[in-house]
Amino acid sequence: MSRFRSVALAVAWRNLHNAFTNPAILLPSVAFPLFFFTAFAGGLSRIGDVPGFDFPAGYTAFQFVFVFLQSAAFGGVFTGFAIARDFESGFARRLLLAAPRRTGIVAGYALAAIGRWLFTALVVTVVALVAGMEVGGSGVDLAGLVLLGLLVNLAAILWAGGVAMRARTVQAGPLMQMPVFLVLFLAPVYVPLDLLEGWIHAVATINPATFFLEAGRGFIVGEPAEVLAAFALVVALVAVFALWALRGLRSAETAG
Amino acid sequence: MSPLGTQVGQLARRSIVRTFRQPANVAFSFLFPLLLLAVNVGGLDAAAEIPGFPADSFLDFALAFTFMQGALFATTNVGTDLARDIQTGFLNRLALTPLRGSALLAGQLAGIVALALLQSLLYLTVGLVAGARFEAGPAGIVVLLLLAVLIAIAFGAIGAFLALRTGSGEAVQGLFPLLFVLLFLSSMNLPRNLIEIDWFRIVATINPVSYLIEGLRSLIVSGWDAQALALGFGLGFALAAAALAAASLALRGRLART
Repeated sequence: MSRFRSVALAVAWRNLHNAFTNPAILLPSVAFPLFFFTAFAGGLSRIGDVPGFDFPAGYTAFQFVFVFLQSAAFGGVFTGFAIARDFESGFARRLLLAAPRRTGIVAGYALAAIGRWLFTALVVTVVALVAGMEVGGSGVDLAGLVLLGLLVNLAAILWAGGVAMRARTVQAGPLMQMPVFLVLFLAPVYVPLDLLEGWIHAVATINPATFFLEAGRGFIVGEPAEVLAAFALVVALVAVFALWALRGLRSAETAG
Repeated sequence: MSPLGTQVGQLARRSIVRTFRQPANVAFSFLFPLLLLAVNVGGLDAAAEIPGFPADSFLDFALAFTFMQGALFATTNVGTDLARDIQTGFLNRLALTPLRGSALLAGQLAGIVALALLQSLLYLTVGLVAGARFEAGPAGIVVLLLLAVLIAIAFGAIGAFLALRTGSGEAVQGLFPLLFVLLFLSSMNLPRNLIEIDWFRIVATINPVSYLIEGLRSLIVSGWDAQALALGFGLGFALAAAALAAASLALRGRLART
């Protein structure tokens, strides 16, 4: 267990050190959520006036939850890019040779993704509060929102890590990013589910991201909704993608 | 054919062939704007119910944005291709020939004009099939295509300038998010008069991208709007002229250094 922990902590520290000492790596994962928050909460605030839109905390809070969870998902994907870069540079192969417990490598990258996302989440939250976001939820509700974000982040890094360890090239970036982008944007991003119509309503109804957003928005207003379904789904995704990532690790080991 | 015409023709052929030999890039620049259109139309259709919204459906309103996105991809395509020419030494070898700088730029942009035309035709077809109505009629469609190509040339010239200044494909790619920000901080999702947040409305008002989108959009949602078209074409020409002039200067420096 201590060997697993030492590998995980070493990989996590290295990745976090790289990210926090290299603005080119850290900046996109912070700038993108801020930019989406600005564009959506600022540019689309009149959407809150659409008949049937009755989110009690207002449009800024409505969009904050989307951006908060989106930053969690993309934080995981960006760490997947780092894994792919490590394979391209040859570092990951040396790491595979040196690590006494290789599963610790996956855990280390996951820890790094969580560390990076917590920083992004803090920045996004501060900006949202400065922009006048109303929060109706209690401390327990907000802890629920953060826990949900952590699990989404974990699921995303395990997905992206699995892809990165199979492809072992940064060129696989779109493959890591696109499915996450699609799942997120085929959910009720701009308006509540009830106001969506046609095919996008049908897709959003069965999209796991819809449950994450509904639960998150419930937390922010202090009226929890779809909590059980959201956590059950995200835990299931973490379990499935953990297997996906571990099999990716085996694939990388086999490839040498 | 004049020597200049021959030079442009050869480089244009190379640029077009090279553009379409990268299926991943071409498919991405064709499909991503349509994907975002589908998502935005599905998610923001309710916005058409806001009092004062200028279109009956959000599809009519949002269709213009796909052309702008296509132009954005032109920036990175032209820039990345030109940067690769610099990195591989192709530009150095061209510098040993009697090739004129203007021919090089015109040739590089030819590929993007071909791509922009095909993209625009695809976006138009998808829009019409999905139920978009062009208030300006068939002639408006022709004008819209002309404006879309002009915008693609302007953005492509910006990409060429960046490539010539930096000589790095990564630097060109790195600018993509900044240009993306310019698109989102415009009137792409709502008309400027319906943007509630003051600072956002001010940014959208001074952002030239708003006027390019509004020029394209006017042909779809309001018919022949002389002011919107004048601003769209005027800014399109101004951007293209400024970017081409900057790219020409950068090219002169780049060729002089070799």
